[in-house]
Amino acid sequence: MLTQLESVQPAEGVFAASWLLILLPLVGAAVLLLGGRRLDRIAPVLGTVMPALSFGYALVLFAAMAGRGADERAVSVSLWDWFAVGQYEVSVGLLLDQLSMAFVLLITGVGSVIHLYSIGYMADDDRQRRFFGYLNLFVAAMLLLVLADDFLILYIGWEGVGLASYLLIGFWQHKNSAAVAAKKAFVVNRVGDAGMSLAIMSMFVVFGTTAFAAVFPAAAEASEGWLVAIGLFLLLGACGKSAQFPLQSWLLDAMEGPTPVSALIHAATMVTAGVYLIVRAADIYAGAPAARTAVVIVGTITLLMGAIIGTAKDDIKKALAGSTMSQIGYMMLAAGIGPAGYAFAIFHLLTHGFFKANLFLGAGSVMHGMNDEVDMRRYGALRAAMPVTFITFAAGYLAIIGVPPFAGFFSKDRIIEAAFGEHFVYGLAALIGAGITAFYMTRVLLMTFFGEKRWREDAHPHESPQVMTVPLWILGALSVVGGFALLYLGGGIVDWLEPVTGEEHHELAIPAAALTAIIIAVVAAGIATGWLIFGRQRVPATAPAGSFVTVAARKDLYGDAVNEAVFMRPGQYLTRSLVYVENKGLDGAVGGTAAGFGGLSARMRRIQTGFVRSYALSMLAGAAAVVVAMLLVRLP
Amino acid sequence: MIADVLAQTVESTRGGTGEAVLFWILAPVAVLSALGLVVSRKAVHGALFLAVVMISLAVFFIALEAPFLGVVQIVVYTGAIMMLFLFVIMLVGVDASDSRVETIRGQRAAAILAGLGLGVLLVAVVSRAVFSDWVGLAGAAPEGSVPAIADAIFSRYVWAFEIVAATLITAALSAMVLTHQERLTPRPGQRELAEQRFASGSGVAASQLPSPGVYARHNAVDTPALLPDGTTSDESVPTAVVARGAVRASDEFTKHEPGELEGGQQ
Amino acid sequence: MSPTAYLVLASLLFAIGGVGVLVRRNALIAFMSIELMLNACNLAFVTFARMHGNIDGQIIAFFVMVIAAAEVVVGLAIIVMIFRTRRSASVDDESLLKL
Repeated sequence: MLTQLESVQPAEGVFAASWLLILLPLVGAAVLLLGGRRLDRIAPVLGTVMPALSFGYALVLFAAMAGRGADERAVSVSLWDWFAVGQYEVSVGLLLDQLSMAFVLLITGVGSVIHLYSIGYMADDDRQRRFFGYLNLFVAAMLLLVLADDFLILYIGWEGVGLASYLLIGFWQHKNSAAVAAKKAFVVNRVGDAGMSLAIMSMFVVFGTTAFAAVFPAAAEASEGWLVAIGLFLLLGACGKSAQFPLQSWLLDAMEGPTPVSALIHAATMVTAGVYLIVRAADIYAGAPAARTAVVIVGTITLLMGAIIGTAKDDIKKALAGSTMSQIGYMMLAAGIGPAGYAFAIFHLLTHGFFKANLFLGAGSVMHGMNDEVDMRRYGALRAAMPVTFITFAAGYLAIIGVPPFAGFFSKDRIIEAAFGEHFVYGLAALIGAGITAFYMTRVLLMTFFGEKRWREDAHPHESPQVMTVPLWILGALSVVGGFALLYLGGGIVDWLEPVTGEEHHELAIPAAALTAIIIAVVAAGIATGWLIFGRQRVPATAPAGSFVTVAARKDLYGDAVNEAVFMRPGQYLTRSLVYVENKGLDGAVGGTAAGFGGLSARMRRIQTGFVRSYALSMLAGAAAVVVAMLLVRLP
Repeated sequence: MIADVLAQTVESTRGGTGEAVLFWILAPVAVLSALGLVVSRKAVHGALFLAVVMISLAVFFIALEAPFLGVVQIVVYTGAIMMLFLFVIMLVGVDASDSRVETIRGQRAAAILAGLGLGVLLVAVVSRAVFSDWVGLAGAAPEGSVPAIADAIFSRYVWAFEIVAATLITAALSAMVLTHQERLTPRPGQRELAEQRFASGSGVAASQLPSPGVYARHNAVDTPALLPDGTTSDESVPTAVVARGAVRASDEFTKHEPGELEGGQQ
Repeated sequence: MSPTAYLVLASLLFAIGGVGVLVRRNALIAFMSIELMLNACNLAFVTFARMHGNIDGQIIAFFVMVIAAAEVVVGLAIIVMIFRTRRSASVDDESLLKL
């Protein structure tokens, strides 16, 4: 925001080495990936220590920042001048303000916890070293993304997380489905990245620079048309990264990766990069109400879509992925509302990081105990066999559906309020979404931990080792108290972020308390419906046929089918026709020329008969020709 | 002597109608002989045709105020070179005759066409050119062509002369080198030859062959000689006569007592 | 007699010799055709010598004769050699220089 940027301090004291935040995991990644097999034994520990060190340093920075006054919290760390081409200068630097601090704490904190969990989860894998290397690479890239003070540097981090996501989704290379899913994620992300590139290029055209410090103050004077264009391009990039409609198809397939990957990347951090982008570019959206509306609509569509898809999935990870899609839709909705919703979007992002990571790690724990079985129809009555997992999962469950006083209640409540403040339709959609969320999360909980045992014959569910349960406890605790703490402890997150995001307040038609009561009622209805269908009746071990809505939801609401029909098949057809043109036309021309020469020379070769007399004949003919030529020259 | 006579005869016809008559008689001869060379089947015939051409050309040289060259043409070209050709024809095979069939497709037609074209071209060019009349060599060679040629060769063209001399020597040497056959096995001496003769089987004379005429019954070439055991000797009649089947039976020459042939006279 | 006649004769002999080289398979006849061509050239030279009043034409013809002699020597030696090994004097036998 304009006011914020005027008060950016240069880095001094503890802040001077802020680049260590990025460098530590980056060094970890380099060492692990280049170190060779001799590092295999210490790889897990080394891989966990690096982000943990970053987290420690981030806490120190946070304390220092909190100790300052609200006007002095933004710090800029300039590192080096990268390049200057004509009038376009890019210098690498970090902007450490309240918004990025929040993200840094989330990334390094939840990241370290997930690294710890991975030590246990990936203990049997012989490519662990690479796994931790990639995870560290991801953490470094994500930190670069949120700390960059220039859109181009942000883009570097943006691409870095895309790369890390690809590497990690396809980590189990021997599985063809994993490789295909990684490719799909990368390709769909690429579409979003194209939007991001266009945004950066537009910024260059309009502002002549991409640095935050220059773009945001100048945004107030740019034409609305350009601002809308940039806003829409940024939205496209955010949709790719955050799996929003229409680029949502990759998220469910990304569950092919190991569960810690799903937890860290596809729940807590990477998919939230889009929300960060939109909140950071608040000044641009301030002048482009049409783009804001687009953001809100995208968020609304996605939150309903994700919820519906999550309802019909039997794969526990895919159900949670649908839930992630939906919750990020909430964040997008809030971000699109404008200054009234930015803080709540970030608030929900943080709490979502806690409870979604918690839920994913819990699902991983269940899978670990059930021989990597993912089909919920093969679970059932696991709460006795895995008590710790059950308790922490239940904490995450209560947080996500928004039962007070758990974390999700506070954040989601605020978002629905802001939605209603913006327009009745958005609020209604968010409310319905909350109800569906309650329904499908109850379904997941009941199918997994309650009911009858529907296990396979070789299943021996057992609790996970401590290295996995400790992170569960940590995240479970955060799911319980995180929302309350963030909202009320200290100044609260809204005040914390206010210098960055600004604040507005929309008036509601009904008092806030009444709205809260309605929300709780809707959630309760969702829980009840879920219990009626899945708690009271037996859950069949094989999926029943279902209504057409169920079938559609199982097919991801035909997202893949649409992509194939609109993009893939015409693209393949175009490729095939181009290949045909090349083979027949270009190669034909080249090859034909070669063949023509070959044929010509084969024919001309026959002149060389080897007989002296035929050579003598050609000599005589040549001599006659020379005489004729000489005569022709001289005759006139 | 004969050369002098020839030269004088020809020179007396210089210029005017004498030369024209000479030309118009000898030119067709030359052309026809040339054609004969090209179409002859046997090599010997071709060599003779070429000799005819060369001699007529020698006459032309003399008519063209080049008597030295004319004589040299006869002596060197016709005398030495053509004889050389004939010797080689003898070595290669006098009897050999070429088939008329052309093996390379279209060669004959293309060759005749090309030759015709070349000939027509040259003739056309030459006949279009306008020549002044003969200048004659009276000015350049006042004492005759031989002194003039000698003068030019040993003064202006001495370098070319020397090189040509070297070329001749080289050519002679090269002929010797080319046709030299290295003897790979030691030369069979008298003993080896005798052993070979006996080793090749029966029917071989253990002694020398008799000199010609010892066993002859008649001095005609087609009458075979009789060996002591009464059989005819195959080697006493030339193979050509045998090939022709014209060998006379020797019976009529065995039964006669001496003195019976001339009608019983003693 | 104008020089034209002699030159026409020389051209004719030259062309006939050329055809002979191309058409005949017997190496000796081909060689003799070459000699015919050389002789035709000699005739032309001598004609020009008389025409221009310059003895050089006769000198050239003289040298041509000498070189022709040397050439015949070497050529016939080669033909004899080839005949010795191949037992045939056909020009078409040496046809290995083909593609």
